[in-house]
Formats: sequence, C-alpha cells, structure tokens
Amino acid sequence: MAKYIIKRFLLMLVTIFIIATLTFFLMHAVPGSPLETERTTNATIQANLEKFYKLDQPLHIQYIDYMKSIATFDFGPSIKDPNRTVNELLARGFPISFELGIITILVAVISGILLGTFAALRHNKLIDYAAMAFAVIGISIPNFVLATLLIQQLAVTWNIFPPATWTSPMHMVLPVLALATGPMAIIARLTRSSMLEVLTQDYIKMARAKGIKPIRIVMRHALRNAMMPIITIMGTLLAGILTGTFVIEKIFAIPGMGKYFVDSINNRDYPVIMGTTVFYSSFLIFMLFLVDIVYGILDPRIKLHKKEGDV
Amino acid sequence: MTGKHITDELTRTLVEDGADIDSIEHDGKRGKIVSPKKKQKNSAEKILEVEDLQVTFSTYGGTVQAVRGVTFDLYKGETLAIVGESGCGKSVTSNAIMGLIPQPPGKITTKGVHFKGRDLTKLSKKEMRKIQGVDISMIFQDPMTALNPTLTIGEQLMEGVKQHMKLSGAEAKKRAIDMLDLVGIPNPEERLKQYAHQFSGGMRQRIVIAIALICEPELLIADEPTTALDVTIQAQILELFEEIQLKTGVSIILITHDLGVVAKIADRIAVMYAGKIIETGDKREIFYTPQHPYTQGLLKSVPRLDLKEAELKPIDGTPPDLFSPPQGCPFAARCPYAMEVCGNVHPDTTQLTDSHRVECWLQDPRAKELIEQGAFAH
Repeated sequence: MAKYIIKRFLLMLVTIFIIATLTFFLMHAVPGSPLETERTTNATIQANLEKFYKLDQPLHIQYIDYMKSIATFDFGPSIKDPNRTVNELLARGFPISFELGIITILVAVISGILLGTFAALRHNKLIDYAAMAFAVIGISIPNFVLATLLIQQLAVTWNIFPPATWTSPMHMVLPVLALATGPMAIIARLTRSSMLEVLTQDYIKMARAKGIKPIRIVMRHALRNAMMPIITIMGTLLAGILTGTFVIEKIFAIPGMGKYFVDSINNRDYPVIMGTTVFYSSFLIFMLFLVDIVYGILDPRIKLHKKEGDV
Repeated sequence: MTGKHITDELTRTLVEDGADIDSIEHDGKRGKIVSPKKKQKNSAEKILEVEDLQVTFSTYGGTVQAVRGVTFDLYKGETLAIVGESGCGKSVTSNAIMGLIPQPPGKITTKGVHFKGRDLTKLSKKEMRKIQGVDISMIFQDPMTALNPTLTIGEQLMEGVKQHMKLSGAEAKKRAIDMLDLVGIPNPEERLKQYAHQFSGGMRQRIVIAIALICEPELLIADEPTTALDVTIQAQILELFEEIQLKTGVSIILITHDLGVVAKIADRIAVMYAGKIIETGDKREIFYTPQHPYTQGLLKSVPRLDLKEAELKPIDGTPPDLFSPPQGCPFAARCPYAMEVCGNVHPDTTQLTDSHRVECWLQDPRAKELIEQGAFAH
C-alpha cells in the first residue's frame, strides 16, 4: 500500500508540473499584461513596473522563477492588489469554496442515490417515472440558469431564502441547490440503472431464497455493488462541481476562491492565476486519488497494489 | 471427456445398483442406495405435495405457459430428480415452490403446494421468509455468481442464522465454522473473512451448499448444482450431497438435465417435457423400463459403455412453443410412435406400478392392443 501511495504521489507531482507549465505558456500567449490599464501611463513608470515584477525578463527566466515559487508554495503578492499575497487570497477563499463544494457533494450523492434506488425498486411505476423525469430536467438545466431561477422565485418573489452571500445555513440553501441538482440527477440515473442490473443478479436471488429481509437485501447486498459505477464517475463530477463553484460563487456573491480565479484571468494577474490553478488542480488530483482508495474499500476484488503471487 | 466420464459413472452406478439390490433389501443400514419404496414404507411422511402447479408469465410477446400442471410428492429423506431439457419448466417449478417467482409478470395457479401441511402459495411474503432458508433452502446453478462479491463468506453464511434463529455473533460464527467444516472447506475460521473471488469454483459451490444448510432445512432444492463445474468437481459435489443427506436426513429435489448425475444420487425421477411431468418412477424403473418415448429418447442420447450400440441417437425436432402449446401430447410431433389421438387429446396419467406413472397414449389401457401387436418396442 505504501508503495502504491508513493507511486501515485510522484505521478501527481508530474501531473501538476504539466498543468502548471501549460497554464504558464497559455497565459503568456494571451495578449495583454497585468500592467495595462485604460489610463495611459508614463513609459518610464511602465518600464519600472515591468522591471519590478520581472515582466521584462525573457520568458524562460520568468518560467524558472515561477517554477521556484510553486516549489516553495510562495506565489508572491498579487499584481492588481499588491497589499495581499496569493497565499492570503487562497487562505481566505478556500474554506468558503470548500464548504460549498463539500455540502454540494454530500447533498448530490445522498439524494441522488436515494432517488435512484427508489426508482429502481419501483421500476416502471409512478415513482420511477417521476424520479427519472426530474433527473432529465436536472441534467438539462445548466446550473447558472437554475441559480437565477431559484433567486427569482424563492428569494425575490416568495422571499423564503436570502438571495446572496454566504453567512448562515439559510444563505447556503440556494447556491447548494443550484450546484447540486445536476450531479444529483446524474447520480440518480446511474444508481437506477446499476441497481436494476444488480437486482437481477444471482446473489440477490440467493439472498431472497435465504429469506433475508428486503431492506437488508437492498442495503447490504445490492447497494454496495450498485455503487461501483457511481464511484467511477465521482472524479468527473468533482471536477464539474469545482468549475461550477466559479459561476455559482459569482452569481450568489460568495467570497470564495472562484471570484479570485475568474478576476485574475481577466486582469492577467499572473501570480494569482498560477496560484489558484496549481491549488485547484492539486486539490482535484488529490480527490481523484481518494476516489481510487474508496474503490478498493468498496470492492474487495479491486486491488490497488500488486502483491507477489497475485494473478 | 465429459461424456465418457458420465457414462462410466452411469454404468458403474447402475451396475452397482443392480448387483446390490438384494443386499440392500436385507440391509437397510447401508442407506446409500436404499430403495425408495422401502423408504416410503418406513417413513411414509410426505414432506412436500405439489398438486397441479401452473406457472405462466406475461410478456410483450404473449403469455408463456412455463409450467402446465405439475403434480408430485416428495417423501422425507429421499432425493427426487426432475430431469428435462432446457426450457421445459424445471427451474420455474423449483422457483415457484421456493416463492421466487415475481408476480407479476409471473402467475401461479395451483390446487396447492403443501409443505408439511401448509400451502406455500397462500402464505404472505413475510410468512414465506420464515420458511425460505429455514425449512426450504435452495442451491443455485452457478457458484461463480451466486455469492455476493462484496460481502465476506462469513457474513453471507451468518446473516441467515442471525436473522432466522436469533443467534448471537459468536454462536453464529461457531455454526458457520461447523458448516464449512461439514462441506469440506479447510481452515474454516480464516476462510470466513475471505471473499468469493478468493475461492475456486468447486469451493464456492461448497460454500453455497453450506449457506443453504446452515439453518438445517428439511428440504433442499438444488437447481443444476453441478452444471457449471468441472467433471471431477461434479463427482465431489455429488458425493457431498450423499454424505449430507446421510448425516442430516434432508430431502432433496435435484433439478438437472444430466442423466449421469441422476443415476448417481436420485431415488426417484420425474421427467419433464414442455411444462409437464410426462413420466415419473423410481430410478430403476426410469433407467431400465422407460415407458414414455421421450424418456426412451433421452436415455438413448446418453453415451453408454455397457451397450454395444455406440451410436448416439438424438431426438429429432424441437420442443413445442410454450406461447401456444399443442392441445394434444406435447411430444407428438417428435414421437416415432405418434398416433392420431396423440395430436388431438392430451393423454391421461396411467399408473403402471405404485411409483411408476406415465402420460402417454401408448400406455393407456385403451391402447393395450397396440402394445401387444408390437407397435411399441424398447
């Protein structure tokens, strides 16, 4: 196991290196610079500023400096907001984004599995059709459309939930709903089809022949086997929720990382772009690693590491 | 290889059977090949009475009449083999007894499936669960899929006793270990923590048998228990069945299409065709004096070493479509002795001996002249 983790860790480093390099060259290939503003600045001042931020250096020198900053986890100050370092921005924004993300994942996974399981157990009955109709709608509506719709109806018209910011549990309802509906619908559909397949397996029939209670057959015998495809797409869903947070945070004025990320790209704020990108990708890669571990726990047939003598 | 082995087995068992008949009559203790008639006399207790069982399934293509009126009894401690080709309704029969037919699309009509006096078809699902796995157990065909891949063997063994017999964890574990021991799994205590994929096919079938037996059922329904196994493993599993029956006195219904298996462990045989039992009798009656042309054809299609005729004779034609079964004898279209009446009217049951019954016009008292004329030879 230790060997596997070390191997995965080294692979993660390589992945992050490639992501960082690509981001660097892509950002520098885009025209514009963080120092360009609407105002015409004095050429000398411009040159001095460029010199200060080392933007006058050849690209490969900048690249090496940048790699050094990643290696030391010190991305330096933001260019647009020189009073704050990138690390400070991350420390402030990440907990909020993380909270939004985790609550969303929990809501999506739990309600998705419940909905899918009920649909499968009542196959071709009203609950099944209703759940799947709901799922199709959930998959089809983009989260930003749903977000504005929710704000309009639940916040503005009916005034049940506050329309924006992230201060109390009541404030969390709308953004989480907007962000979780899509993944939940995907999980529900997947759970249903996978559950339907598992329920026809011989071992389920055998459990029935043993006179085991139906609730136990579903929870203990079927669900665990039906979960495997869901774990498989969790990686993709996580990435989806992560990028979803950018938009949702913007719509609901949530002071998370997404705001800095989007703003930094518009402003060509190189240190912030690099910092947030590397941070986001590291986080996602780590989550994918966790997904693989969960895989091995759920299904004993999957071995993450080869033992000697294994086939 | 398979054919040869089965032939050997069949021949050996039959010869052994024939040669030993006298000694068995005198020495009931040998038990292994006790004549079923004798068993009936000793303990005439009927454990299962199935009367006119009919199972249909509604599909988009119409209604399939999978089982069309099956009647049989099972006595305590005996092994009844239900033999027939694929699709003849033998598995549906066993599933119907076990309460595993989903309704709808399935539909069961019967005059009664009485297990120790209780009509199983009239029980609620909850009452049925108290019988499933406790009084009646089932063994499935493919041990590779019958065990849950994500639960340990121990949990699958113990959940039944824990639920039905309300045993504590430690008691259940002890029992599970005993059961694995009984079915011949070495190191049972360590094996409990393992998963199905860590066992070979034969071992898995032993575990499935252990799970089926753990609540000490009185009736074991084995649905093609050896079909998915290698021939050598088949022999071991069959020996295990005999051993278990000797130790626990459990009655067994063995569903199979393999006459070699039947010859080895059955006491009584019921031959099914197109959803009906067309002939039933004790083992010797079916193997030595088969009366239904289908049974005769079935036996001719098994390779035998003791007969000079080396050629195997397959039965021509295919079984009837169960969406619209023929009104006459279902075998008429393939039967070399078919008469006009066969295609039009279904034959009644003719009782030949106490145990031997057949549904065939040739055996009907009204057709006796024909047999005397030699139109029917075997």
